[in-house]
Amino acid sequence: MDLDTRLENVAVLGAAGKMGSGIALLLAQEMARQKLKPENKDRTYVLHLVDVNQEALTGLMGYLRTQLTKAAEKSAVSLRDLYAGRADLVENYDIIAAFVDDSISVARPSTTLETLKGAKLVFEAIIEDKGIKFDVLRKIDALCGPETYYFTNTSSIPIGVLDEGAGLGGRIIGYHFYNPPAVQRLLELITTKSTQPDLVKMGGDIAKRLGKKVFPANDIAGFIGNGHFMRDILHATSEVKRLMSEESMTEAEAVYVVNKVSQDLLVRPMGIFQLIDYVGVDVCRFIMMVMTEHIDGETLKDDLLERLAAKGVLGGQYASGAQKDGVLKYDGGRVAGVYDLSKGGYALFAEGDWTKKLDEKIGAYPAGHAAWRALLMDPAKDDKLSTYFKALSTTDTLGAKLARGTLVRSKEIGERLVSDGVASSVDVVNGVIVNGFYHLYGPVNEYAELMIDKVGGTR
Amino acid sequence: MSRMTKPVYATAGYNTISLGSGRKEFHPKKPRPGLEHYIKEAGQGALAQVNDPSNIDEGVIANFMAARFNKQGNLAAVMPMIDPKLEYKPLVRVEGACGSGGLGLTTAAKFLMSGMADSVLTVGVEVQNTVKAIYGADILAGAGHYASQRKEGHAYFFPAKFSDRSCAAQGKFGAERTREGMARWYERAILNARQCPKAQEYHNSIDDLYAAGMSPCNANAFCGHINVYDCSKVSDGASAVIFASEEGLKKLGVDKSDAVELVGYGQVVADISKDPEDQTKLTTTARAVKQAMDMAGVTTSDIGMLEVHDCFTIGGMLALEAAGFCGYGESPDFVASGKTAPDGEIPVNLSGGLIGYGHYTGGTGVRQAADICMQFTGKPDGQKIEPRTPYGLMISMGGNDRTVVSCVFRKVQ
Repeated sequence: MDLDTRLENVAVLGAAGKMGSGIALLLAQEMARQKLKPENKDRTYVLHLVDVNQEALTGLMGYLRTQLTKAAEKSAVSLRDLYAGRADLVENYDIIAAFVDDSISVARPSTTLETLKGAKLVFEAIIEDKGIKFDVLRKIDALCGPETYYFTNTSSIPIGVLDEGAGLGGRIIGYHFYNPPAVQRLLELITTKSTQPDLVKMGGDIAKRLGKKVFPANDIAGFIGNGHFMRDILHATSEVKRLMSEESMTEAEAVYVVNKVSQDLLVRPMGIFQLIDYVGVDVCRFIMMVMTEHIDGETLKDDLLERLAAKGVLGGQYASGAQKDGVLKYDGGRVAGVYDLSKGGYALFAEGDWTKKLDEKIGAYPAGHAAWRALLMDPAKDDKLSTYFKALSTTDTLGAKLARGTLVRSKEIGERLVSDGVASSVDVVNGVIVNGFYHLYGPVNEYAELMIDKVGGTR
Repeated sequence: MSRMTKPVYATAGYNTISLGSGRKEFHPKKPRPGLEHYIKEAGQGALAQVNDPSNIDEGVIANFMAARFNKQGNLAAVMPMIDPKLEYKPLVRVEGACGSGGLGLTTAAKFLMSGMADSVLTVGVEVQNTVKAIYGADILAGAGHYASQRKEGHAYFFPAKFSDRSCAAQGKFGAERTREGMARWYERAILNARQCPKAQEYHNSIDDLYAAGMSPCNANAFCGHINVYDCSKVSDGASAVIFASEEGLKKLGVDKSDAVELVGYGQVVADISKDPEDQTKLTTTARAVKQAMDMAGVTTSDIGMLEVHDCFTIGGMLALEAAGFCGYGESPDFVASGKTAPDGEIPVNLSGGLIGYGHYTGGTGVRQAADICMQFTGKPDGQKIEPRTPYGLMISMGGNDRTVVSCVFRKVQ
């Protein structure tokens, strides 16, 4: 069965969730574009949107309408061609509204699996629980039959485990979108030895249609993105402990310092604890647990995240996409405080001068420093980063030492992902981190080389 | 009309800030001043320069599409909000797309020459940031012929019209040379705007303006032969100027030295349903400028400062050729060689023009007149120069070279 035929009947499981809703948004647009082609006028397109939460499904439809409108506004130039035959649609306003309606009209929200009968492509983005995934996939497969292909958005569970547990016989592929799926171009494509070749090809074709850039990963828990991120987290929390013992900082102070250094001095889009909040403290814990379960000889677990979770400090995002408070507190999207476990509340940056004192401890930024945002679109960013990291390698401040340690550790993690067979090359690792995490440079880089003999007692 | 039937003066020019992306105080999601604010600020700014608003006989308000951008029609009746003393006076709204401002000027001049009025407050306004650019493009497309052009037209209707002109000029006169000229036009517009605190591009801090101007065009997302730097931005703003007879100036307590004299104008309208005869020429503009200069009895060599309608870089360049400041096809070199700079052969768009100052569409023509008036009376918003001659010329264009007004003003000796 070819892709165009399969695209007539598609399902998203966990459609009202953060990832599911984004995947649904992308699919609705692609299916509407197919529907509008003259040669497809006799075909019917159905996008099943399944979620256990009725209320969240209502929210999903609102989300889809808003996001489809924004997407259509950006595509108005090509949409005018798509609707060239409709004499009644003249202004951009008419055409954008028509495309939103055409996209929404393929969507069929539902809380029951039975409605999926006939789905030929199933995108799974439900809770990261192996047992639940086995159960749901088995049930759907019984309804849909042996021709249906499955795309799982799991960010940690090995695909081979899901394939075997659900009895899919190689009809499932790892299809790891990054958050938010509608915006992030990266897609990790994870295959196993038993993945059907036709499905691998189709996975690539769909990614192309959805405007995604595919990076292949092998079937080892955590894959590339989280394989790096989770170990990066563990490095950060170990630095927190070290700052507490060596620099006599409180835990909240150490979190502030490590977060700030990881953002500013490493020229990343956000600090490591902000990224944990973005993903969700619980999600990070869960990924670590799955990785520990499936990777021999390595335990990924962090005491700080465990204690935060026990206190209900979870981060994550609201349905609107706004950031919830987590390790850090947010005010209008900006970081405004750090959770202090010893006091059970947030230490706010605006209260007192404690952050100023810590900034002094971090020290002046090396010459040539520029913020991530300033360099993002700068055509000379590689040269500027090179100059800056040279200065960082010889700067004798606490901040520079911490940054050097993280650069070296990040490189080690990246190289290990290749030696462990998760990624085929360091270029793939760098590609995932640059495209999926918006870093300006990959973890395996020449800058880290400058730091290797200078990390000494910083780690 | 081949001559002015009586002396007409322009005085009391006032421009608001041109607000939109680029200004530090602009945020698309935060509340902003609305249509009434701009009408009032500009009108009051002009009236503050005369003795008593009671002495204003009539009013003209120029606007393109407030009915769609702001859901407000009957703009003449908004004018009394400027000052209660304007209530119950003859007030009128004029519209000619982006050339509305120019129509406002000639309408006021004709009221004076008819003898029915001695002074006319002329305001031009547009507040466009009420909708996203993609919907603003629909509204502005109303300057073209809806029935025959909109359905086939581009999502960004007018940028695409001038992209077509750019394409034609590049094909005829060399792609690289034309492209470089357009980038130099952009560079000059921003350099001028950086001298004018009210300009939309006053805060522009791009290091290499020429390189930005040379950015590649993206036909998939925008247009094939112009880039975003070639386009004037979406602007909110208003301008005002008072037109008066000699008697009117006296009544208003304004000394002639604070005014410029309108010595000639051309007002020419072409059929909106017709395509340009030649994409590389602004033929309607050429007619309007010729009429204005003939009426004023001047030639291009007599002009000391020029305000042209550069809604797009290529439009500004073609206007230079249409007006005769350089030969056909010569504008890229003319601009690149610095002849339009403040110290060049003919200083052009000293406060930045539509690309640098901003383009509050229906109000731009009034802004141009206010700028010429303020420059010749020594009170410009931006950089001050000593024009080589006492004449200033402006071109206000609506649509794709359809409704055009050109005015020649003379410094009062």
